[in-house]
Order: sequence, then structure tokens, then C-alpha cells
Amino acid sequence: MASVTDTRSPRTRTRTRTRTTPSHAAARSNAGASSGRRIRKSPVLTIVMILFVIYSFVPLVWLIVNATKSQPDLYSSFGLWFGKDFNLIQNIVDTFTYRGGIFVQWLGNTLLYVVIGAGGATLLATVAGYGLAKYDFPGKRAVFAVVLGAIAVPGTALAVPTFLMFSQAGLTNTPWAIILPSLISPFGLYLIWTYATEAVPTELLEAARMDGASEFRTFFTVSLRLLAPGIVTVALFAIVATWNNYFLPLIMLSDPTWYPLTVGLSQWSAQATGVGAQPIFNLVITGSLITIVPIVAAFLVLQRYWQSGLAAGSVKQ
Amino acid sequence: MKRTLASRTLRRAIAAAVVSTVVGVSLAACSGGTSSGGGSASDIDAALKQGGTITYWSWTPSAEAQVAAFEKQYPKVKVKLVNAGTNTTEYTKLQNAIKAGSGAPDVAQVEYYAIPQFALSDSLVDLKQYGFDKLKGDYTPGPWGSVNVGGKLVGLPQDSGPMAMFYNKTLFDKYGIEVPKTWDEYVAAAQKLHAADPNAYITSDSGDSGFTTSMIWQAGGRPFTVDGTKVSINLQDEGTKKWTATWDKLVEGKLLSTVPGWSDDWFKALGNGSIATLVTGAWMPGVLESSVKDGSGQWRVAPIPTYDGQPANAENGGGGQVVLKQSKNPALAAGFLKWLNNDQDSIKVFLKSGGFPSTTKDLNSSDFLATAPEYFGVQKINEVLVDGAKNVSTGWQYLPFQVYANSIYGDTVGQSYTSNSSLNPGLQAWQKALVDYGNQQGFTVSGK
Repeated sequence: MASVTDTRSPRTRTRTRTRTTPSHAAARSNAGASSGRRIRKSPVLTIVMILFVIYSFVPLVWLIVNATKSQPDLYSSFGLWFGKDFNLIQNIVDTFTYRGGIFVQWLGNTLLYVVIGAGGATLLATVAGYGLAKYDFPGKRAVFAVVLGAIAVPGTALAVPTFLMFSQAGLTNTPWAIILPSLISPFGLYLIWTYATEAVPTELLEAARMDGASEFRTFFTVSLRLLAPGIVTVALFAIVATWNNYFLPLIMLSDPTWYPLTVGLSQWSAQATGVGAQPIFNLVITGSLITIVPIVAAFLVLQRYWQSGLAAGSVKQ
Repeated sequence: MKRTLASRTLRRAIAAAVVSTVVGVSLAACSGGTSSGGGSASDIDAALKQGGTITYWSWTPSAEAQVAAFEKQYPKVKVKLVNAGTNTTEYTKLQNAIKAGSGAPDVAQVEYYAIPQFALSDSLVDLKQYGFDKLKGDYTPGPWGSVNVGGKLVGLPQDSGPMAMFYNKTLFDKYGIEVPKTWDEYVAAAQKLHAADPNAYITSDSGDSGFTTSMIWQAGGRPFTVDGTKVSINLQDEGTKKWTATWDKLVEGKLLSTVPGWSDDWFKALGNGSIATLVTGAWMPGVLESSVKDGSGQWRVAPIPTYDGQPANAENGGGGQVVLKQSKNPALAAGFLKWLNNDQDSIKVFLKSGGFPSTTKDLNSSDFLATAPEYFGVQKINEVLVDGAKNVSTGWQYLPFQVYANSIYGDTVGQSYTSNSSLNPGLQAWQKALVDYGNQQGFTVSGK
């Protein structure tokens, strides 16, 4: 009983601490100062920003506009404006029912890969990053070097060796072929590591230990709460990476029933080629629009954490 | 106390998980073995009677209905149909699975140009052991030649693509253009059309290796000769130069639309009269009818233009199905393949989907020849197309690394297209890249 009341006090203390974490304060004051300056003093920058906004929004607008067109309408109307008929509802229905509803299956697969793959990556990165930041053990420097090295190797370069390894193990063409590699996030680990070094004061852990809390208990009741912004950032990175994962599933999977949305949509798009071509560009476009909706939603909901987490990663070395 | 117990349990659980993973790995490794033992014609009947499960990779629109019809006829056989991707995507996966030693299907759809690549890596079952070589008379010579590689019969042809010229009659009539019979007339028509309507082009070509090889084939060129692992490449032989002499006029004169083939813009252009002709395989009518609805009533078919007015033709596109050596039940796979590409029940489904067959019996059936689609202004298009199949010249060979060759075509010959300059330097650059690549891959490649 005693230990429970005791851990509560550091928790309240930590709240105040997170608020005054230097990086947060710096990021916030920076943003405030610079935005004021830009509006008043730099029309050039404003124009550049406007151009960038247009550059980023035109493809999105194109996608939304063209998702409302039927296949023949796509051919006979101007790309950046609506066609003769408003076909969005019909397109959505067709997308979800084409070839026995394979799109629903792909959506489910993507969610599965994201929940287990990105969720697992976040969990592993958190546990490992925290461990590396807060415990001393022999070989720590070696682990540090390996993690840094792993960040430098792009996943695409490892895809083919991974494929050969997985096919030896008989794991290709199964969801494991996507989930297992997704679990590894060296960047996430590094981010949590740097974040934990600053955000979780060692004195706090010592206080918890003094009060008799086990290491696991300290981790779950004290450290995890302090790490929350870092964890959300890592989760967001992992979700985006898994959601957009294309090359790995492309070479790992040959059975469309396990495809994620990215590979499935590209297969629909390739269907327009060659002997027996069956173009379904309207469904490809509508499917793409449906595909980006969840990721846009995730961004809007979690972007605060994303920003603060990014600042944490960049400031602390 | 509790803590140590918990961590011990955890440690034990981890150890158990590791052991089971390792066992799983070694078991899976054992089952990855391949079988490619000999068989005979009687094995096929026995295998079909006994039943089993096979996997079939295909992206053809008719595959689903064909598999359903097959399973109805042979209820004990289960065919798992997988769309592993369209053309090159599938070949990459197939190549990966072959390299990995497991994961390949029993039967796969492979286009003619890619067959040598898989045949020469010894990944395909020689179907002569099942007596399939006796089926020779059932197929037209072009496709049959394509499934015979290095003295082995490595597949059975499904469709074929004898070339023809599809043209937009409405557009031709509007500008008073005669249907060209020779390539000189074709170039003249291109000039006349583009002068009359700057938005209209005789055809679109921004560099397509399949089209190029077919055109060289038609001109009498034989740039690739393959004998086992000895390959020679001469992309400046007489036939090739004959083709470039004609096509250069279109490329240099900016008379070709640069809309990439099979893009949405391309489908649009075929419907709105900005592309006037398509010189392509006989399988094109099905695509036009189903995907270019706006072109209905406007398109017609004519024989492919020639250099001297004498009929000469080549194949473009088309493919067959092969049995992989990784198959654990090659006799059953061969049985399915034979049904798929030789049984009337299957070919009927294929024809219904708009395919152009390779079987002489179907090509010459009165029903097939009498087909007169509304889309083509009730022209008896198959008469023209089948006639074209008879003029396909023999002796053409694709490279044993044609898939790769096609993939780098844009980097080399494609540059001639973008700079509107002669294709010959581009073809020479392509040849050089191919000779280098082939030698790296262990072939003995000589370029002339």
C-alpha cells in the first residue's frame, strides 16, 4: 500500500516536468516567434509557402475530383474539374464489391499489418530504447553502433535478402512475412532512447526503487507516462511506414488474399496493360482515396505529438 | 518471490518459442524440396482421376471461368487460382520463387517473350514426356515455335497475336486518307493526317520494346540468335535497318503521339480520334470493345502494311502456360494445362472473353470467321486477322533475358524517341547494354 501512495507523488511531479522539458518550451516559443515574423517581413517566403501548399494539394484535389467520375467520364472530361455525372457513391460501392470484395480484404490486411506490425514495432522500440537509456550493461556501445548502422540501411536494400531468408523458413506468402520485418524499427528505438534519456530523470527511477517498486512496475507506472509523447511519435512513424509499405509485400506475397492496399491497388492499375486488358482506373482512384483517409485522420489526430516528438529527436543527441 | 517466478516463467516461455521457431524452420526447409521426375501420358489420366490440389498463376480475364469449368469436369482436382500480378510483376515473383527453391505455382501463365528466360534456367517441365509434342498440328506455327525452346517443349500456347493494323475509319474518311498497304503509304498517311489535324497522330509510340521486336520480326530481321548459352545480338541487321529507315521518318518528323501505351490518356485518345491506327496483335479487338466504348463503330481492321506489298507478318504479344519444375504433382499440372489449352470446353470460355486463340481448329471454324461485331461496323474482322496469322514468318527468337532487356529499353532506345532522332544509335546502345548484361549473367554473348 505504502509504495502505491509513494509512486503517486513522483507522477504529479513528472507532469510539471514534462511541461517544462526544454525542447518543448523551445519548440513552442520558436514557432510563435517565427510565424509572427514571417507574416510581417517576408512576402517571398509567403509566396514560396503558397506554392508548396498548391504543390501538395493539387494531387489531393485531383484525387477527390476524379473519384467522382465513371470510367468513360475519366477519359472525356478535364482532369481538375468534375465530369458529367457525380459517381462517387457508385465508385465506392464498386470498389468495395469488385471481384467479390477483395478490397475489403486488402483493407483488413493493411489494418492487421498496421496493428500488429506497427504496434509491435512501437512496443519493442519503447522497451528497448528505454532499457538502453536507463540501464548500464556491457556491450551497450556495441548495441548503439548496431542501431545507428541499422538506421543507415534503407529497408528496400534489405528486402531481397529478407525474402530469400524468409523463403528458406517457409514464411513467404504468409502475413508473417510482412509483420516480422515491420516489428523492427531502429529509428523508433533511437528516438525513444534519446527521448528517455532526457524525459525520464534517473533520480525519479531511483526514488521508485527506494520505495520498493519493481523495475517493471517503475516502467509501467512511471516511465511509460513520461515517454508518452515519444511513444506516440514512434507509433505514428511506424503506422505511416507500415501503411505505405509497398516493396516488401510486393516481393513477399504472391497470393492477393494477403495483399495490403498498396500492392492491391497497383495490381488493379496494372490490369489495364496488354492482352486482355481490363482498365478500372475509376476504382483505382476511388480505392486510393479511401486508402489515404485513415492515414490523414491519424495525422490530424496525432500531429501534436508528432511535432513535439520530432523536436525531441532533433535537439537531443 | 513472485517476481523471480514470473521472470522464470517468461524465460521458459521464450525458450519454448525459440525452439518451436527453429523446428518450424527446419521442417519447412525439408518440405521445400523439388520433384521433377519423369512421367508419361498415362500418368496424366491417373493423376486426374486421383485428384489433388494445384496452384495456377494467371492474370487473364478468362482464368476464373476456365478453372471453374475444369473443377466441374474433374471434381477431385482443386485448382487454386492466384493472380500474382500482370506480366513483369508475375515474372519477378516467379523468378524469386525459383531462386528461393519454393513458392512457385504448379502452372503459370507466361508470355512468349518471357518463356526462354524460364526455359533456359531449367525451371520448366519438358512436356514431351507426356506426349504433348503430338499436339503440334493443333497450333499455328508462330506460337508453337515460341513454346519450343532448346529442343524441349516447355508449355502449351494459349493465345496468339498475329499483327494487324487497326484504324479509325471515321478519321480516315474525314481527311480522305486511303488505308495504307505499304509502310511508305503509312508514312504518307501520317503526314497527311497530322497536317490536316495537328492534334491527330497516325499512332502512338514513345518506345515499346515489344512493338520494336515485332516490327523487326516483320521486316525480316532476326537480331537475336540463341543456341544454348551462346547468344548473338545484332540490332543492325538488314531487317532492323529496314524497319528503322521507315520508323525514323515518323520519329524524326514528330509524327507519333507520345501518349504512353495503356495509360488512361491512351485509352482516351483511342476513343476521341487523336490516335488513328494501332499496329498490334490480333487480341486487340477485345480490349477495344470492352475499354474504348467511345470508339464503337469507328474502328476497322486491315492487314499490317508491308515493305514491298507482299504479305509478311509477325507476332505481337500472346502467351501460354507452363508447368514449373517445383511442382510436386507435375502430372496433374500437365493434365490441367492440356485441358486448359487444348480442350474445347476451355477454349470456348477463352473465346467468349474476347481472346484470340492459337489453335488452328478454332481459328478456321466458320463461326469464328463469321463473327462481325457491331463495334467494327459489322466487318468480319477475324477473316483479316486469321489471314494475317498465315503470313507470320518463322525463325524468330527472343533473348533468354528478354524481360530484363525490355526493362532497359526505355533507358537506351527510349532516348532516341524523346530526342526525335534516329533509332539506330539507341538500338546500338541497347545492344551494348544487353551484351554486357548477358556476359555478366553467364551467357556467352557476342554483339555484331
